[in-house]
Amino acid sequence: MPIEFEAPKPITQAQFMLKTVSEEMIRPKSRYFDEHEHEIPWDFIEFMQMAMKATGGSSLAPRENGSNSEEKERRPPIAYQLIATQIESVAWGDLGFYHCLPGGALGAAAIHAAGTPEQKEKFLGRFKDEKPTFAAMCITESGAGSDNSAIRTRAVLDEKTNEWVINGEKIFVTGGDKSFSEYEKLGKGFIVVWATIDPSAGRKGLRAFVVESGTPGVRVVKLEHKLGIRCSDTAAISLVDARIPFENILGSPTVEKTTTGFKGAMATFDATRPLVAASGLGVARAALEFLKEKLTEQGVQIRYGLPRQKLTSIERDVIDMDIMLKSAWLMVIKATWMADNKKPNGLEASMSKVKGGDVCVKITQKVVEILGPLGYSREFLAEKWMRDARITDIYEGTGQINRLVVARQILGYSGSELR
Amino acid sequence: MYSFDPTEEQQMLIDAVSKYAVNDLRPAAHDAEESRDLPKKLVSKGWELGLLQASIPETYGGFGERSAVTGVLALEEMAFGDLACTLAVLTPSLYAMPILLAGNEEQKQEYLPKIIEGNWSAYTAALIEYAFDFDPNTLKTVATLQGDEYVINGEKAFVPFAKEADAILVFANLDGPTQGFIIHKDAIGVTLSNEREKLMSLNSLPLYRVKLENVKVPSANRLGGTAGHDFEPILASMRIANAAAAVGVANAAFEYSKNYAKEREAFGVKIAQKQAIAFMLAEMRTEIEAIRLLTWEAAWKLDQGKQDAFSEAYLASTGATDMAMMVTDRAVQILGGHGYIREHPVEMWMRNGRGFATFTGLAIV
Repeated sequence: MPIEFEAPKPITQAQFMLKTVSEEMIRPKSRYFDEHEHEIPWDFIEFMQMAMKATGGSSLAPRENGSNSEEKERRPPIAYQLIATQIESVAWGDLGFYHCLPGGALGAAAIHAAGTPEQKEKFLGRFKDEKPTFAAMCITESGAGSDNSAIRTRAVLDEKTNEWVINGEKIFVTGGDKSFSEYEKLGKGFIVVWATIDPSAGRKGLRAFVVESGTPGVRVVKLEHKLGIRCSDTAAISLVDARIPFENILGSPTVEKTTTGFKGAMATFDATRPLVAASGLGVARAALEFLKEKLTEQGVQIRYGLPRQKLTSIERDVIDMDIMLKSAWLMVIKATWMADNKKPNGLEASMSKVKGGDVCVKITQKVVEILGPLGYSREFLAEKWMRDARITDIYEGTGQINRLVVARQILGYSGSELR
Repeated sequence: MYSFDPTEEQQMLIDAVSKYAVNDLRPAAHDAEESRDLPKKLVSKGWELGLLQASIPETYGGFGERSAVTGVLALEEMAFGDLACTLAVLTPSLYAMPILLAGNEEQKQEYLPKIIEGNWSAYTAALIEYAFDFDPNTLKTVATLQGDEYVINGEKAFVPFAKEADAILVFANLDGPTQGFIIHKDAIGVTLSNEREKLMSLNSLPLYRVKLENVKVPSANRLGGTAGHDFEPILASMRIANAAAAVGVANAAFEYSKNYAKEREAFGVKIAQKQAIAFMLAEMRTEIEAIRLLTWEAAWKLDQGKQDAFSEAYLASTGATDMAMMVTDRAVQILGGHGYIREHPVEMWMRNGRGFATFTGLAIV
């Protein structure tokens, strides 16, 4: 297909539908859940569960491309592009609410990327059940953030019972509470825990393990109080002699000489980085649109088309923000389009995250600045969006880690050549 | 649907232009810039790639149809070689494209075949004016209707090949809107500057100041005839071209500084292995990609006749201005002292880079 920028129909339909959801269900509650951290927006969760079932999407995860109906053959795949759009649209409503969308999130994404067909069947089917169900990814530890090789959580195989015994403590688990704690209104979730099966092997020893909710020895020990995205729970989870079945390991149970197992699981991030960027850009769009509304109310026109020398400072800022937002969004679309078309997109995925993280932070901060007291006041959401957006440049690889990934790709360097 | 793959035909064109840019333009760029002289052969070879010819339909002597997307792809690639020579090769487009986009049937029949039938010949256009607040939509050069002809007064700047050109498409303010007028060089009242313009870059491109004093233009020579024309599609095409050229130059600076950083050693490692350098390169590559996609989208919207194509073109060109400055400036920084020396091309690209704030009107797709 030639170069084209026409949003496919399913995408424009999703945008239309989710705009209504955002306006009717999310925005009115946005401030409440910002001020009542750790309360769970049950109404929204239950509504979205119903709505997603009704429209056939079980969660915001791409459907398996297993079925080869002729319909699918003829139409170019757009699953990831569609998800990016959906995420952007919900995050436009509220970024914290986006994290409360029922589904497997990063936990399921890891299984998508590294699971066997049996594992996919066993762990992913539940997201189609009646009750809203969550899953989460546990990587970060107090001493290991972007540097996964510093992970200390240990998994040891008990050969007598053929179970993995896991010990360690994970922090910053997005959705960890909803995924692991047992709530009556929720289906049975799970967390995907990263642990080493051989501490001397460094990264080569890292594996991911599926830990079902309610597993004895595993506890949510803390819910963090955060700068923003407050209705998304961020948990610390401790694992003490937690026993899980042998077959819950993702990837090979033995340590090989290569890091292919690790890389397979890291492929999760090639798929999800543009989606994180998309979520941040939703917030940025919300902020920029709000600014434009307020300026219009005040009779301030943005004179597009004038040379810069003739623009006011506000006009320059708004136009620059338009450029940032539009171009960053196109990078998300390109990265997801590559994923949909099975083109290797490691570079584009990380670039979209670098740009998306930058852009949503810059735009939301600038909007608060331009709006002055209106921006800083909690009467409006601009200040909240600035706090919410800030996480985008941090989670799933900080802007700096993504720059490193981009740099390695463009320079053709390995991790040891460019540290 | 979204798609980012050029067609097979476009890819062939990209490859051909790329070959010309890398094998012909790049090796000649330095000497051309220093000597203020552009080898004619170089220009004709670029002309033979047939970019303009392929944009003009058969009815008017060409062999294709106009596509802003294709134009962008080619321009990006050619500007990667050398900006000044690229602008020279494409100067006839400045005259031909507005006629194709906005001319009436007689004008297209009369002018287009002549421009593209043979070798490169100097047809040009004059948009830019010598004022800090130059605005293509409110020109200071004025056209007034007197009887059945127009009288034009004002001064145009940065007019490529004005001295050689037989005809110039002059843009002037006609009671507000910008309108194009085809003016023959020997028309009474047209005076060229004796000296070529001296700019921060584009030394090899012959640019002139053109003074117009009571120049009389028959109404048949108004672009679009007596009814005139819409200037916006022309301006949008110029802005998109400006953005595409900026992407090409930025890419050149990025690639060059990247390769340098992989060669140059300091403290026992290649400097590219230092995060301070590597991160700069990562950000350069990211910004180029961002503006490149914005430019592609603007071009696609223009081809599709989308309502927001004009504002998108404005955004692309404005964004490209910052991007090109940022990327070329960093390329100089990565080369350090060597970046400041004219033996390396990065300082020239940086001088080019600042120009995109001013160059709208020097290229069109």
